[in-house]
Amino acid sequence: MAKRPTPTEFIVERDKDRCIACQVCVRMCSNDVHIYDADTNTVTSDNSKCVGCHFCETLCPTDAITIKKNESSFKPNANWSVSVISDITKQAETGGVILTGMGCDKPYTIYWDHILLNASQVTNPSIDPLREPMELRRYIGRKPDKIELDYNKKGKIELKTMLEKQLKLEVPIMFSAMSYGSVSLNTCISLAKASHELGIFYNTGEGGLHKSLYKYGKNTIIQIASGRFGVHPEYLRTGAAIEIKIGQGAKPGIGGHLPGEKVSKEVSEARMIPEGTDAISPAPHHDIYSIEDLRQLIHALKEATDYEKPVGVKIAAVHNVVPIASGVARAGADYIAIDGMRGGTGAAPKVIRDNVGIPIEFAIAAVDARLREEGIRTKVSLIAAGGFRSSGDVIKAIALGADAVYIATSALIALGCSQCQKCYTGKCNWGIATQDPYLTKRLNPEIGVQRLKNLIRAWSLEIKDMLGGMGINSIDSLCGNRTHLRGIGLSDRELEILGIKSAGEPQ
Amino acid sequence: MKRIRIDEKYCMGCRLCEVHCIVQHSKTKNILKTYMGECSKPAPRIFVEEKGYVTFALQCRHCEDAPCLDACMTGAMYRDKETGAVLCSEDKCVGCWMCIMVCPFGVISRSSDKKIASKCDLCMGEDMPVCVKNCPNEALKYEDSKD
Amino acid sequence: MRHSEQEKLISGCSVAGIMNESGRKISGEAIIRSIAVMRERSNGLGGGFSAYGIYPKFKNYFAFHMMYDDKKAMADAEGYLKTNYRVVKSEEIPTIEDKSIKNRPLLWRYFVELKDKVKNLYYDLTEEDIVVNDVMKINAEIEGAFVTSSGKNMGIFKGIGYPEDIGRYYKLEEYRAYIWIAHGRFPTNSVGWWGGAHPFGLLNWSVVHNGEISSYGINKRYLENFGYRCSLFTDTEVILYLFDLLVRKHKLPFDIVCKIIDAPLWEEIDRNGDDEERELLKTLRIIYSSALINGPFSIIISDGNIMMGLNDRVKLRPLVSLKDGDTVYMATEECAIREVCKSKKEIYYSKSSEPIIGKLKN
Repeated sequence: MAKRPTPTEFIVERDKDRCIACQVCVRMCSNDVHIYDADTNTVTSDNSKCVGCHFCETLCPTDAITIKKNESSFKPNANWSVSVISDITKQAETGGVILTGMGCDKPYTIYWDHILLNASQVTNPSIDPLREPMELRRYIGRKPDKIELDYNKKGKIELKTMLEKQLKLEVPIMFSAMSYGSVSLNTCISLAKASHELGIFYNTGEGGLHKSLYKYGKNTIIQIASGRFGVHPEYLRTGAAIEIKIGQGAKPGIGGHLPGEKVSKEVSEARMIPEGTDAISPAPHHDIYSIEDLRQLIHALKEATDYEKPVGVKIAAVHNVVPIASGVARAGADYIAIDGMRGGTGAAPKVIRDNVGIPIEFAIAAVDARLREEGIRTKVSLIAAGGFRSSGDVIKAIALGADAVYIATSALIALGCSQCQKCYTGKCNWGIATQDPYLTKRLNPEIGVQRLKNLIRAWSLEIKDMLGGMGINSIDSLCGNRTHLRGIGLSDRELEILGIKSAGEPQ
Repeated sequence: MKRIRIDEKYCMGCRLCEVHCIVQHSKTKNILKTYMGECSKPAPRIFVEEKGYVTFALQCRHCEDAPCLDACMTGAMYRDKETGAVLCSEDKCVGCWMCIMVCPFGVISRSSDKKIASKCDLCMGEDMPVCVKNCPNEALKYEDSKD
Repeated sequence: MRHSEQEKLISGCSVAGIMNESGRKISGEAIIRSIAVMRERSNGLGGGFSAYGIYPKFKNYFAFHMMYDDKKAMADAEGYLKTNYRVVKSEEIPTIEDKSIKNRPLLWRYFVELKDKVKNLYYDLTEEDIVVNDVMKINAEIEGAFVTSSGKNMGIFKGIGYPEDIGRYYKLEEYRAYIWIAHGRFPTNSVGWWGGAHPFGLLNWSVVHNGEISSYGINKRYLENFGYRCSLFTDTEVILYLFDLLVRKHKLPFDIVCKIIDAPLWEEIDRNGDDEERELLKTLRIIYSSALINGPFSIIISDGNIMMGLNDRVKLRPLVSLKDGDTVYMATEECAIREVCKSKKEIYYSKSSEPIIGKLKN
């Protein structure tokens, strides 16, 4: 049977009047889209290979290249879209699962865009962050309900409470888990160094810790996932906190898969697996089949690290996230990270990424409310993750009840990522989701660190402006303060779950 | 004294440095005219070397003990007093190619249109050599040499 | 009549307080004159007073000041009170006849003590806890009934009107107290409910407040974590419950409570050279981050022992004070103090977050 070609997604438009045939695009494209013909001294393109990463467009010195979406192909059809036809075609040919990268791109409602923030007028002066102090510091970790004090012989107050270990965040934003292996070492170095300089934390994912990253231990959350890759005593001791990964928003309920092509010598050392073998982490932890098993692992990890490190648990936002989170809090977790369905991934079956889980907005609102109802909210910190695009999203999540947020996709975009969703191929032209030494060197960590720092700085300034507008000078007073949020274009039920009033209703 | 330094770890091998070097030393300094209008475009004075995954851009090192200075019989090669750069005076150069013969780095070439030597001049007159300015990954740096 | 929409009340205000630290009592005349000179800071939609030391004969009994919309509410509330308490005296709160005072509810007071069987039933709670629960229950569940104050040897008198008119209405010049606190209200919406006026009280606490708290939402949710029901939608209620939680339940001294609700900036804490103190301040902020009160406020609060004036972290609302011998005066404006204090001493302008404290000598 004749093979039907899968539809071409992008068209490389080359302005002949501007192309100088310098061949920068030819040399740089890892997908071999651009072809140089020495006889005619011209460059042509193979559109079918283009993934739309825009690397060539960025480098072209004469702006001769424009990557455009291919508008032609099939008759418009609301049911049988180009991507549906293309997926079916691929599956008919290969009999395989369709893989993809990054977060869900389907047009489900983004609730952040249906929530509006408050500002002061007349009765309460807004605060100008350029002239007045504005505090963004947060502490992540388990806290007692009350402080215990004592008086010494001189009548001076003495502190009796011994706080459990906390993570100090200068800005309530952290870099979410991305494993060395799924992303390049230069990406990890950029995240680690930026975290160090910003006073925040990054997360190793389940990639273990490359030897060059140990020096950033104080700003590292080390992750333990179902594959236990790279876990050894020194790894546990090096991080500032330990995170048990139960699930991921992009692929709740399934494990991870790092293809053997990405398992280079150094990746294999960090993960403690043979070079070139697929690193497959199982769907569940095979020592956690219940909440009491989780409790045991949390305490085993605390024992192993002399109770010096907070132990958090990361779960995907699924339908039962509320009771699950409550159970996790009761199992002794110091923080719960909840990853919504728009969270990214290096590789996931497309059908799972696009159809499983719930948005982080509902998850964080419902979990925060339930933990308060149960009187255990102070015992555990909440971290929201999954598709935070701007400081606006971040501040809304904090007002809904998150103590801090995890960002990853936006951090990668800061490093160059253009959301082509081809991370699983290992051919990332931006040097991010690849281990190919020809490609990884394209991410200069010096530039990476600066761009990440710029992003967080920019968001911090914006958050300060928004806080000041609300008449608040400490993020502490916004966390869980839903009176500053209003819903727009939402049903009563949605407003109820988010725990906010409608726009137009006073406080 | 400022010199161009390459961090080969981050050289992507895109060769944009060569393109911008060519444009900078062209008549019009306009990229489209240089490549499509001018009768002969200049040769690059920076060369990207490639071996396996390693790529790096090389140009005149402006050696402290520069063999080209000794080898030049007309005195066309000279050291700029202010910057310490090794430069070639076009009016004096007769194209004997001795400098090309003795250069240990192979970074002097023949000019594409005249019978004179062509080499990196650190883009005299610019704030920063154009290869450094346009390196997309900041692999090329223009900094004070430590020794 | 009651504010039934679940809507937060916003208002501007004047506040004043007079305390004699030796416990010498003065008549209500002074505080009425003091608050009256700040008339333009209120708009006739709320005024009130709290007075300490006014019921020496009944000082061991909880004094419940009640407001009722009608006889039915009164019957319901009295029925509820009588199941848990022995009522040693009940009477109508004396008032003058004044046609300018509108929409007045039935005003009654009761001197009560908890029945032993109730104390035995709730053996795990203190008497105060039981009273708090009952007050919250009456206010939330008995339609048309409202507990204005519930402390011992103290009472709150408030209503809709200018504060001086309310004071005269309750004949406060006939009462003698060692602490007087007053409030004149300027609400931005016209709520005609007497219970919504200030001071707000619970047990021996009473508080008046000028400002608008932008941390209200999280303060309220934090208090709910500890069983408080914020049913009045006012900042004053939240401030009082925070003090009740921190002072009465968590047993923290006033100066520590100030470091929680008016927490020093992290920058100041980081700079503190005293290791122990720095650790204490840091731990306070970490544990009590949701109890931080943010936004502009000046408050005067008392528990009968201490009268404290306090400003927000950046001093966005006025509060001045003056100490003359053993009498402490606090007010929104200097004129309110000058009106009643003959001393020529300079007025004191407290800094942001700086508590001004009057303390009863033993």
